[in-house]
Amino acid sequence: MINNDLKQIGYTRGDKVFPKFRVKDLDLFYGNFQALKSVDMDMEANEITALIGPSGCGKSTFLKTLNRMNDIVPGCRVSGSVLLDGTDVYGGMDVNLLRKRVGMVFQKPNPFPSSVYDNIAYGPKTHGVRKKSELDDIVESSLRQAAIWDELKDRLKKSALGLSGGQQQRLCIARALAVRPDVLLMDEPTSALDPISTGKIEELAQELKKEYTIVIVTHNMQQAARISDKTGFFLLGELIEFGATDEVFDSPRDKRTEDYITGRFG
Amino acid sequence: MRSATAVIKQKFTPPPSCDLKGRPFVNKPSLRKKLAEYKRHPFSLVMLALVILSALITAAIVLWIVIHVIIQGAPNLKASLFELEYDSENLSLMPAFFNTLIIAGMALIIAVPIGVAAAVFLTEYTSSTNKFVAVVRMAAETLAGIPSIVYGIFGMILFVEMLFKGFSLIAGILTMAIMILPLVMRTTEEALRAVPDTFREGSFALGAGKLRTIFRVVLPSAMPGIIAGVILAFGRVVGETAALIYTSGTVKAVPDSLLGSGETLAIHMYTLSSEGLHVNEAWATAIVLILLVLVINGAAEFVSNKFRKKY
Repeated sequence: MINNDLKQIGYTRGDKVFPKFRVKDLDLFYGNFQALKSVDMDMEANEITALIGPSGCGKSTFLKTLNRMNDIVPGCRVSGSVLLDGTDVYGGMDVNLLRKRVGMVFQKPNPFPSSVYDNIAYGPKTHGVRKKSELDDIVESSLRQAAIWDELKDRLKKSALGLSGGQQQRLCIARALAVRPDVLLMDEPTSALDPISTGKIEELAQELKKEYTIVIVTHNMQQAARISDKTGFFLLGELIEFGATDEVFDSPRDKRTEDYITGRFG
Repeated sequence: MRSATAVIKQKFTPPPSCDLKGRPFVNKPSLRKKLAEYKRHPFSLVMLALVILSALITAAIVLWIVIHVIIQGAPNLKASLFELEYDSENLSLMPAFFNTLIIAGMALIIAVPIGVAAAVFLTEYTSSTNKFVAVVRMAAETLAGIPSIVYGIFGMILFVEMLFKGFSLIAGILTMAIMILPLVMRTTEEALRAVPDTFREGSFALGAGKLRTIFRVVLPSAMPGIIAGVILAFGRVVGETAALIYTSGTVKAVPDSLLGSGETLAIHMYTLSSEGLHVNEAWATAIVLILLVLVINGAAEFVSNKFRKKY
């Protein structure tokens, strides 16, 4: 019965049904420091999963294990498994193809120092799209998806660095969408933005979850409560509590979660 | 109909000394007010005078040299100096001019790809704590500090005596390439380190590989800095005499092949003035040398602005 329900949204492989992401017993070390301790978490398709916790609790680190951006960090070692649609991303998967499927938006907007158009077209070109007309279509549809087409359609050839912070961040979202990913990871995407831009990005996330799986790290608990379906609370590298956002915020099972969301620390 | 922005621009262009209502600007104190302020901090005034003086001295020395060269050289800039072949009558500088372009150009063609590639390896492929990197960097720093005459002797023994059996352009080119290699490498390395890591992360996160990230994101962003290094290297070759006298020689003609000997403008100037008979022509050559460097600087500025405008 439950199995049948899951089949609607999950990914089947043989007889097994997998969520979009299934993380099992994940440990992560920076040198001798253990940053993640035995984390288990399932992230479903078409949901927004929020990760909250005080600074240095491992939530961003966890996010970066999902598209293997931690591989760049020297001295970073990962054990355990991260299954994307049932396939282990650390098990011989081409890391570039993984990152094509799992896009990422960073804390600080990081557009390339080139035009708006070139910023968006960079990803598709990387993955073999050459035709000008096709690129034009991708640029327009990505900017539309990121709700910034109307603002930028007349300045596609202008430098992306001349945009405001909020516009830059939505441009970065459009850039991530341009390679047609399944999952969008957002690492505190609004922490450098003003309230109005923040509102726009939150609205956008709501819109995007219809097509994508979204995992967002945030310092802002109101934000997590507003936009997410599931919430995970990290503390000192451990996933303390994970469940439906309403439950985590209204009736947390763990005392530490309650202390954190009521503002007693962090 | 005027556009809205034009109207706004016109409306808000303030007169130089006061605002639209005729009041003086309060945050732009007059000179007298400024001096009164300095009375309370006399040491600040002394420091201000010193830094202004330093800037003036620097600019004045450059101007002095350029003006002196022009005054001495301009009357001697005769058409005969620019004849294609040199003889003891016309004292033409053209063979030396072409040799300069050949030696500088070829030395850059050899040294720039190697220097840039080495810098890419050091910044993009190794961690900063790597022992090997420390050794390479120290070697480059040492090489950059060696006087050029040492390169000259080295080039003479290796290229002139052992490899090519005689003074030749190719010996000069290879010696110059070795001389500017550490310079190109260091400036490129600095330019690459100045590229924020967030650019690299953004590229990796889109599924771009290392090579694509380097060629499409990192190198273009660093291009103005790399070009600045190439200009410095060009200037060093153009201004070089000691190392070239021992390698490419002092023949006043463009040789038939790279295996022939030929002098550059700087050496031409040196031989003209050291012989003492044609000092006027040496001054004229100096003008051409300065112009060449100015033109190359300007061209590089232009190219690097092109790059910057694109971004």
